[in-house]
Amino acid sequence: MKHIAISKVFIHSFLILIAISYSSCTNEEDCCSPKTPKDSSFDREAMLTQWAENMIIPAFEDYSSALKDLAVAQDNFAADPSADQLAAMRDDYINAYLAWQSVSLFDIGRAESIALRNKSNIFPTSEEKIAANIESSDYNLELPSNFVAQGLPAIDYLLYGIADEDADILNILSEPNYELYLATLINRLDVITDDVLTDWKDNYKAEFISNQASSATGSIDKLVNDAIFYYEKFLRAGKIGIPAGVFSGNTIMAAIEAPYSGIYSKEFFDEGLNSFQNFFNGTSVTGRPDSQSLRHYLDYLGAEKDGVLLSELINDQLNKARTAAIELSGDLQNQIYKDNSKMLNTYDELQKAVVLLKVDMLQALNIKVDFVDADGD
Amino acid sequence: MSKLSSYLNKHTEAAPLAAFRILFGLLMVISLIRFWYHGWIEKLYLTPSFHFSYYGLDFIEVPGQWTYLLFILCGLSALGLSLGYLYRSMSVIFFLSFTYIELMDKTTYLNHYYFVSILSFLMIWLPAHRYYSIDAHLRPALRAQYVPQWTIDSIKLLLAVVYIYAGLAKLNYDWIVQALPLKIWLPTKMHIPLLGDWLNQEWVFYAFSWGGAAYDLSIVFFLLYKRTRVYAFAMVVIFHLLTRVLFQIGMFPYIMIFATLIFFDASLHRRILASISIILGTKLSVFDNGIVAHYRASFWSKIRLGIVSLFFILQLLVPLRFLLYPDHLFWTEEGYRFSWRVMLMEKTGYAQFKIVNGNTGRRFYVNNQDFLNSLQEKQMSTQADMILEYAHYLGNHFASQGHEHVEVYVESYASLNGRGSQPYVDPTIDLMSIEPSLKHKSWILPLND
Repeated sequence: MKHIAISKVFIHSFLILIAISYSSCTNEEDCCSPKTPKDSSFDREAMLTQWAENMIIPAFEDYSSALKDLAVAQDNFAADPSADQLAAMRDDYINAYLAWQSVSLFDIGRAESIALRNKSNIFPTSEEKIAANIESSDYNLELPSNFVAQGLPAIDYLLYGIADEDADILNILSEPNYELYLATLINRLDVITDDVLTDWKDNYKAEFISNQASSATGSIDKLVNDAIFYYEKFLRAGKIGIPAGVFSGNTIMAAIEAPYSGIYSKEFFDEGLNSFQNFFNGTSVTGRPDSQSLRHYLDYLGAEKDGVLLSELINDQLNKARTAAIELSGDLQNQIYKDNSKMLNTYDELQKAVVLLKVDMLQALNIKVDFVDADGD
Repeated sequence: MSKLSSYLNKHTEAAPLAAFRILFGLLMVISLIRFWYHGWIEKLYLTPSFHFSYYGLDFIEVPGQWTYLLFILCGLSALGLSLGYLYRSMSVIFFLSFTYIELMDKTTYLNHYYFVSILSFLMIWLPAHRYYSIDAHLRPALRAQYVPQWTIDSIKLLLAVVYIYAGLAKLNYDWIVQALPLKIWLPTKMHIPLLGDWLNQEWVFYAFSWGGAAYDLSIVFFLLYKRTRVYAFAMVVIFHLLTRVLFQIGMFPYIMIFATLIFFDASLHRRILASISIILGTKLSVFDNGIVAHYRASFWSKIRLGIVSLFFILQLLVPLRFLLYPDHLFWTEEGYRFSWRVMLMEKTGYAQFKIVNGNTGRRFYVNNQDFLNSLQEKQMSTQADMILEYAHYLGNHFASQGHEHVEVYVESYASLNGRGSQPYVDPTIDLMSIEPSLKHKSWILPLND
């Protein structure tokens, strides 16, 4: 009799809990009827859906269409290498670079697996590598060693930096091998971006939304980590800190973004900061519905610091960084040369937000800064 | 004295010890394969260029590609231990290799790895291979149906130490009065089926906090008492699988569930072994020879008892060493490790290091990602001993690159259980001027509660 009791209690409780523990690691879609969102709960699925539909996919669509415009402009230039066509091509290039600033932080899914960011915006670009590639016409842009010879920074060099005078640039770019390299770079950006966009629409969106787990592999944890990584490494350090010499003790003018066109570097930074803050607040650009985002989630969880909503503190700090950047000249290289202290001020304000994001926000959201999916105890 | 010696002479069936050996060894094999399969050998040990070592143990290093061999050795010895083949050597090799792996980098410290280490140390001294093992199969003289009672009780005692210290550690203000950190953790788990809807309710935070503390403090007693044992075991299964569902804690729930089987009567273990025996086509009855594996009062058996006794005295004292340090334990973490403080707090931090030339004042900041992986950075930024070790590494690194008069400062912030970020280490202290030691770290700023 005793044995039966032992086995019964043991086997039943074991089976039930194995079932729960198993079902919790599979997609909810497969196992449960849809839950009706209640006032009392925060709908993680809705947040993921809106991120995908209102923010991420539209941002990639904008960037993709800007690249297609650039490709058309390049075709037009090839047919008619005139100063007007060069100017038109440059305009489209700047628009594409601006649109890029809104997709860079979504380094997840296909974008991550094909290393979209490395192939699109590694700077400073290598003039020597570009020259060697054009010379030999035998190169493989898939190689990591060629990341510095492609993407938007390489196009910046070709359109603005390959000679001092516009007339010379025009002449050089109409040479067939230069024209071919430029066309190759532009088409490649278009192809890899379409690859990511198509994958988002056809495959990854469903996977992204269904993966609601709160572990290092869950979509929310991953995208929040990606966004913070973007903020810290590419926005704070890449666009401001590194050229201002924060990490080396010496200013590195060549390290600014888009140094050849020059006058757009500050605008690109602003756009990057806006994209990050929009993601945080769920703000979509004109014509699209806003999303539930981190701000709402933090407020739902009641995250406060010293009696003030954490979401307010973060927004205030990001605004302070934007205000500090108002002082900067449109050409950051020029700013570093003239008065680097203003760059350092901007960096300091950006830095203060890192503490709020990485320490306070991640704790409130129970997300680990952790790109390694290891065990805890 | 005679009571003690009569206890030491008591004997009982060996089956529980043999079943424990088999299950523990198998779980370890699975754990190691899982670790490898997830690519963690590469990610956690081979990729990082710098590793955090334990105080005084910095000679224990990651042996490059040989690390794979170390894991193979560890896995094979776990298999040997499970099969009871060359049991003594295998248990020694398993203990040494597993412990070596754990000591290679402080970043990966987990209480349950420490539990495996000390449990495998204990097993070296137990006669777990005298019944239903390859050793005993090959050497009939080794076979024994009975073993001293204390050898099985020692495993129960170790489990009691783990549970009760874990329970005592939960008796603090944050856990009991504030239901922290569960109040932070649970609401983000609302997508979990069945349970999810409850995980944002205030009463659930308290039920889980108090229930967890009560479970840890009392479960061993209910397991010891025959009439409550079955229900207590059901609680063990429920509790650990619940933690498995809510948190990412790897193999630990399964290890604890199987380990607590040791509390059951030999009849259960005999049936487990009988089932295994049928599957493998072996004969269990040859081991039922009525022989008692007595420890005669020889010199060696006294040594063995001495070592086990010393081991337990240490196990009782080590978790209490935090009493030697002033300030808030969770903030300074002095005496935090090796003390069964499991899932006890939520702490996040951020540390930015500044390299300064002491003569000219020229300075620059360090990009931590150049030296650490994200897990290392995360662990380092909330633990002062790791901040100091990393600071010294940075100082030496930049000095070797030709920087002069190198001073290292850190601007660090940490948040404990939702208190909000606040400065952690004194940013005005040149960390190069501080030698690592076990003394109190007065350069940690006080926790502003």
